[in-house]
Amino acid sequence: MRKVGKQSIIFDKVYLKSASTIVGPLEMQGPLAKYYDANYDNLYCEKQNWEQAEMQLFSDVLDIALVKANLAVDEIDMIFAGDLNNQLSIANYSLRNYPIPYVGIYGACSTSSLSLINGACVLDGGLGKYILCATSSHNATSERQFRYPTEYGGQKPDSITFTVTGAGAGILTRNICDVRLTKATMGIVVDSGTTDSLDMGRSMAPAAIHTLKTHLEDFQEDINSFDLILTGDLSTYGAKAFKELAREFKIDLGNNYHDCGMLVYDLENQPVFAGGSGCACAAVVMYGYVVKQMLAGRLNKVLVIATGALLNPIMVAQKETIPGIAHAIVLERVK
Amino acid sequence: MDFVDYLMAFLVGGLICLIGQILLDYFRLLPVHLVVLFVMIGSLLEAFKVYDWLIKVGRAGALVPISSFGHSLTHAALVESEKVGYLGILTGVFDLTAGGIASAILFAFIIALVFKPKG
Repeated sequence: MRKVGKQSIIFDKVYLKSASTIVGPLEMQGPLAKYYDANYDNLYCEKQNWEQAEMQLFSDVLDIALVKANLAVDEIDMIFAGDLNNQLSIANYSLRNYPIPYVGIYGACSTSSLSLINGACVLDGGLGKYILCATSSHNATSERQFRYPTEYGGQKPDSITFTVTGAGAGILTRNICDVRLTKATMGIVVDSGTTDSLDMGRSMAPAAIHTLKTHLEDFQEDINSFDLILTGDLSTYGAKAFKELAREFKIDLGNNYHDCGMLVYDLENQPVFAGGSGCACAAVVMYGYVVKQMLAGRLNKVLVIATGALLNPIMVAQKETIPGIAHAIVLERVK
Repeated sequence: MDFVDYLMAFLVGGLICLIGQILLDYFRLLPVHLVVLFVMIGSLLEAFKVYDWLIKVGRAGALVPISSFGHSLTHAALVESEKVGYLGILTGVFDLTAGGIASAILFAFIIALVFKPKG
């Protein structure tokens, strides 16, 4: 493990032993349905309330990751996890049943790649054999946390995103596996001065472009070496702003750029406004679609820039802006 | 009750909602801002008797939007204050809206008992 530049890290030996995903009903009707491991056909996930439902998703995804890796809970050395709820309550409460040393992290919707970077650092630092990274989000808990519960009946503008219901987890190891985590670039907090909590895609685009630019500069990387460049949940509004910024910085995105928020749903036919968002958005696309495409040999090198809007409803009510952050990781297929 | 009443209700109610929609879409106000703003405007307009006139002209078109709640607050306070003096501003303010508030609570309670939110 070595630091490159100010923000980037190159890992020695970090492999993805297993990846798991679980989603809710609307995601299962989306275009990536065949890449998910499990799903619930009701937002309640057979539980009494939304928080319990998200905890169910979170626990399920851990169990699936463990089964796929053929590991017992005791064999996991550490878990990095987080969600979108106050005090990371979903991860905290779910992990009551998992006696694993736990680090709760908050990176808003960038939690998937942030947890992988943390896990990879610990692993490459020699502090264990297996590290678990997990995150979840639920449409109804997020609406309550950041927007409006359905009962409120507030109108939504086209720029609003739709929080993905689901969870994703990955188990990292130093033993050689088919997918390798090679490099990462940690984001800095970028505040573009936006204040519209109903348009978070555009508030994250400057952070995403900053991380991409830094990544390319730090590693002297040719952007064409990636088969796919994914941003987390910029949605149609944010992805458009991202492309414009790329042109400004003279970064040629080519045809390999896509946004997880636009991949996870059928934007034409599903009622999701500008596209998907939430911790699970980047997580289910990365752990589901990207990893399975890599295992099938259809993708070799993918840059995932998970994006987070560091929105706090109280700060926004006090007329503060919405800062953004983006963390990038490079996943490569081991040939 | 004739055709003109329907037309005026449509025009007045539609105009109030159009203003709200423009504020939501172009000035990026949140729904909660809009509710507070319209109650305040309704209340203020009633202080100059403008809203009473609006109701006379627009009927339900002026009564249904949330701005009529502001009108009811001021209207009731003024009516009571004419009867019992300045104290009436405080004691009368919820006279007209009490029915609305109580029924909102009652119906919300019943609906919460019967239905379960789906999202």
